[in-house]
Amino acid sequence: MRAVEDAVGVKIPDNARLMRNLLHGTQFQHDHIVHFYHLHALDWVDIVSALKADPAKTAALSDQVSNAPWGGTAYFKSVQNRVQTFVDSGQLGPFANAYWGHKAYKLPPEANLMATSHYLEALKLQAKAAKNHAILGGKNPHPQSLVVGGITSIRDLNPDRLAQFLFIWKETQDFIKNVYIPDLLAVASFYKDWGAIGGTDNFLAWGEFPESDQEPDSLFMPGGFIQKKNIADIKPADQKKVTEHVSHAWYEDGKALHPFQGETKPKHGDYRPGEKYSWFKAPRYMDESCEVGPLARVLVAYAKGHPEIKTLVDGTLKKLDIPVTALFSTLGRTAARGLETVAIGDRMEKWYMQLMDNVKNGKTKTYQSWEMPNNGMGVGLNDVPRGALGHWIQIEKKVIKNYQYVVPSTWNLGPRCGNGKPGPVEQALIGTPVEDPKQPLEVLRTVHSFDPCVACGVHIIDPDSNEVYKIRVT
Amino acid sequence: MENEFYNRLEKKGVSRRDFMKFCTYLTATMGLSSSMVPKVAEVFAAPKERPPIIWLNFGECTGCSEAMLRTMYPWVDELVVDLLSIEYHETIMAAAGHQAEEILYASAKKYKGKFVCVVEGAIATKYDGAYGKIGGKTFLQIGKEIIPQAAAVVCMGTCACFGGIQAAKPNPGGYKGVGDALGVKTLNLPGCPPNPVNLIGTVVNYILLGKLPALDNLGRPLFAYGKTVHDQCDRRSHFENEEFVLEFGSEEAALGYCLYKVGCRGPETYNNCPTAKFNGGTSWPVQAGHPCIGCSQPNFWDQMTPFYKEM
Repeated sequence: MRAVEDAVGVKIPDNARLMRNLLHGTQFQHDHIVHFYHLHALDWVDIVSALKADPAKTAALSDQVSNAPWGGTAYFKSVQNRVQTFVDSGQLGPFANAYWGHKAYKLPPEANLMATSHYLEALKLQAKAAKNHAILGGKNPHPQSLVVGGITSIRDLNPDRLAQFLFIWKETQDFIKNVYIPDLLAVASFYKDWGAIGGTDNFLAWGEFPESDQEPDSLFMPGGFIQKKNIADIKPADQKKVTEHVSHAWYEDGKALHPFQGETKPKHGDYRPGEKYSWFKAPRYMDESCEVGPLARVLVAYAKGHPEIKTLVDGTLKKLDIPVTALFSTLGRTAARGLETVAIGDRMEKWYMQLMDNVKNGKTKTYQSWEMPNNGMGVGLNDVPRGALGHWIQIEKKVIKNYQYVVPSTWNLGPRCGNGKPGPVEQALIGTPVEDPKQPLEVLRTVHSFDPCVACGVHIIDPDSNEVYKIRVT
Repeated sequence: MENEFYNRLEKKGVSRRDFMKFCTYLTATMGLSSSMVPKVAEVFAAPKERPPIIWLNFGECTGCSEAMLRTMYPWVDELVVDLLSIEYHETIMAAAGHQAEEILYASAKKYKGKFVCVVEGAIATKYDGAYGKIGGKTFLQIGKEIIPQAAAVVCMGTCACFGGIQAAKPNPGGYKGVGDALGVKTLNLPGCPPNPVNLIGTVVNYILLGKLPALDNLGRPLFAYGKTVHDQCDRRSHFENEEFVLEFGSEEAALGYCLYKVGCRGPETYNNCPTAKFNGGTSWPVQAGHPCIGCSQPNFWDQMTPFYKEM
């Protein structure tokens, strides 16, 4: 959308910008909750151990660390009964055959029970949170109100719909601050050693949430490039410095190209490490592989002295009693995801109030008409929950001549480049201690911390036996 | 058992009355008579053995799984913990790698002829299926091994039904819908994503009556796909009165006029979006002022485009 708007030269109205920010803010709230509880928590939380918990002690723990609206002995007893009934049924469904009882699980039974109950509560909460996407976008997933020039949901700018949006936003943000963040801190306090595991060196964010028509200057979450962990020397992010390599990807060989020159000529093959082994191309920024996503955004914002992010990060480091360097890790990545959710979710209130003011004053323009030029080129850059996203379009004779996009999981999970440099996930996994190579829970922790958008394959070599274990991470 | 179920519901702030309202809605969506409402409620109140589901993900974006996670009645946690036994689902399962694959084959064997196989995503067929693999096995191979053992195959979403975006031109991998790729009969719930209420309706129908609902010639349940979007659209009267939106954001758009002239594919698209709506009845694309793009029709990427142009 932004790439086409750039190519055809249309500026969207204020309301469209605000409504897009609200839709996208909702996406961050929703995605990060689902990632933490449903795609990542079970790497740290042992559900089976929750059956051994004392519900009264769990209630006391919950009172101490959490502001969750649910609690008390009876509540935790009922959750425990529900899990027990489930286990007794012998049908373990999605919880079968996992690494329960693994030595790397460190939480006491009570913390496991508290987290399990919040896993279930979050399943419901996320369905409610997604309603806000439907209010301004027609449905979730795949909202369908965004068009080149603005947004179509003009009829939803009415008091009834906007009030509903506000209440759902508030319920979601309350959950994030009163449940998600306390759970994150409680779990993290048992896994501080993960503040030294799973880090990478280079970080890239395009930035997101324009607060005027001036981009990138007005972005609430700023863009930037950090090289070799040097947050003292933050550089502006410049899309001209992006290239994609195909030497290890299933495409016809060629030199590394900027996306405007990018080619997509598939050449399928077998899985051959060292040769070609991935459908992902390998994106590089100034020839470096870059981690993108919550940690990249939070580091960039922190380095730039972003007031909200700085307060959140410093407060968290202090609470956990860990140094700034611990941010460059699996723990830092998972924490950054929670912290940016607080900051972005809180900021949504401002965009909402601006939208309400406009509506109150009779300013309801949501669309700017435009004409397709004969020829044009455009770039659309932003940051989505998983990281930096870029689209590049070339229009010739009113039709698309070339369209390339470089998405977050390509940055994080792409193969080695032509210079042999590993991608971020590969780099992050090097040196990860693995207790039992046949049950590589520790590998899941780091891979899942990137919120990968694919089922991906990794290999582990046992240094003693040199046996190669193939592990699939879902 | 039944009281226990209602007690549990009430703890969540859901009254028995609300629950019966949902059952009535679901019964009506399925096109069953209202005398079936208590039976539908029974399905949710007391499953003896939770019906086993094996959910396969092939060439797709996981949006259909995401859609299922948004189901609000029953809540998705009820679905996963209390109602169904989701034996295999790559996104939500805790197991990974070899342990995950083990489950797939073990549960297909254990529940042979009894499980419902839900498939999300299209299958690559060219070059022996080389364009789509999981753990070294092609989608084609996994499909051939698992799908024939199922009691019923439900294709969730346009990709599994008809190939979806993977099968759009130029389709280098030779992607096809599951029925086409494997030569099997499937129940099809197309949409991008489909409405989860139609999956729930299908599954409840199956548990309740022991058979799948009545289907049209494309394998779509008539209860959900029996009428066009256009025939059920609440903007239909504007079409009849020739009151059209010609530009987004215009006065006509604000008045909710018909979107036919900005490219609405509602007249050619069979689905119950206007009546079922998405996300707990919150909205649907036309309500949000956007034309229907025909996402539940076969080959819509090739046949319904260019979007925004009158048919």
